[in-house]
Amino acid sequence: MGAAGRLARVMATVEALRRTPLYETHVSAGGRMVPFAGWEMPVQYASILAEAKAVRTAAGLFDVSHMGRLSVRGPDAAALLNRVLSTSVPKLRIRRARYVLICNEEGGIIDDAIVYRLGRERYMLIPNASNADTVADWVRRWRKSSDRVDIRVVTEEISMIAHQGPAAQMMLSRLTDRDLPSLRLFRAVETDVAGAPCIVARTGYTGEDGFELMAPAGDAPRIWRALTDAGAAPCGLGARDVLRLEAGLPLHGNDIDAGVNPFEAGLDRFVDLYREEYVAREALVRVRDEGPKRKLVGFEMVGRGIARHGYAITSGEERIGVVTSGSFSPTLDRAIGMGYVRDGFWEPGTRLNVDIRGRQVEAEVTLLPFYAERQVPILAPIG
Amino acid sequence: MNPSDLKYTKEHEWVRVESGGVCTVGITAFAVESLGDIVYLELPGVGEKLIQEGQFGEVESVKAVSELYSPISGKVAEVNQGVVDTPEVVNESPYGDGWLLKVEMDDASEMDNLMTADEYDRLLASDTH
Repeated sequence: MGAAGRLARVMATVEALRRTPLYETHVSAGGRMVPFAGWEMPVQYASILAEAKAVRTAAGLFDVSHMGRLSVRGPDAAALLNRVLSTSVPKLRIRRARYVLICNEEGGIIDDAIVYRLGRERYMLIPNASNADTVADWVRRWRKSSDRVDIRVVTEEISMIAHQGPAAQMMLSRLTDRDLPSLRLFRAVETDVAGAPCIVARTGYTGEDGFELMAPAGDAPRIWRALTDAGAAPCGLGARDVLRLEAGLPLHGNDIDAGVNPFEAGLDRFVDLYREEYVAREALVRVRDEGPKRKLVGFEMVGRGIARHGYAITSGEERIGVVTSGSFSPTLDRAIGMGYVRDGFWEPGTRLNVDIRGRQVEAEVTLLPFYAERQVPILAPIG
Repeated sequence: MNPSDLKYTKEHEWVRVESGGVCTVGITAFAVESLGDIVYLELPGVGEKLIQEGQFGEVESVKAVSELYSPISGKVAEVNQGVVDTPEVVNESPYGDGWLLKVEMDDASEMDNLMTADEYDRLLASDTH
């Protein structure tokens, strides 16, 4: 049992990490804190699988305050973001959110993010924690001297909580006057939650219905407590990783990075190339025309074991790809994963092997996502 | 904290001497706590030879995989098929139903190389803090 002791020692050397406004809340609730992207975050409370199940069957609560929050506002905010984001920013309407990629001039994915349009000239970009600085620098780099725009990192001032699961709407409705059934997917509203001014968006990273709340940092513990009192289960990064993988959502740094383009990653539907000003346009038109030589696929393990990041994908004696994410899926009750495979191996149904520490374990390419929420009408009649 | 009738390895396995030179082997509560939800166990077959401190299998949880090292030398007499089929039993009961193997011990003096519960508790205290 070698790893357990090593894990304990790694955890003991944690220092100089950033803490979210919910740090004390996590510790007092028994959250196991680990370093993640420069932050000290709960990886789990009691059980990753139990937390994942809570999100699929009721509702869970995630502290996502470690993610970046970049406020971009001013008359030229839309024009600036339209240069760096993968989809048309002027087309984004007020109180809407969109999943976007941020690509470099070679077409490589610097990060993926959610952009919110909060007002006529007010945008909020949510990059991954590990890329928050890179993304802020990248946006500033493409600012023209004539641009009337204010770019500000507001990560510390604003906290962010994800409340996910089929029961989330019912729980959150008790804490706000806003009619939530009429808040549709990828829409955001400003409203009070548990007496605190919040931006509530119907977005998430679990494949489940739910909300993401942005609130002043000082209000986060109160909102968290109100939602756990309403029945939401505190969840850590471990459950979040399992859930996003089941939902077929890539994790930057694992499944996508600056060495990968959106066509390889299967994310080209989030790219609008009909914009002259887009900085990655030329490169992405070229890779689109050439066609991908490898693709990110999902696979289910046929044999026993979890395919983990970096393991080789093989066919016969040949190495034909690499695993980027893998876990046990409690919802499917089997091990699942994602990875890049070369041309000829990405069709669903293709049998492959994953080299699990020297054992060639059989896997089968499947359609993504592994899990999709039952289609339930989000719109309810309004009186 | 840890049962006093067991002996322990620094790699977080435990062993209990039963009657007739047969030992029961498992992993400790600390190991289970560190690993979290266990989803796969790779264990040797009945009749396989184990060597003290030698690797005898793997335990895999949602977040990590870890090698298992034998506390004693001997021959596998029984494998707990229950935990192979439902590994969460190890999480629920590491010192009870979650045992892994029964082993016919070669040399009882090897037990002297292992830690007592007191010594193991002290190791954990120094390891984590």
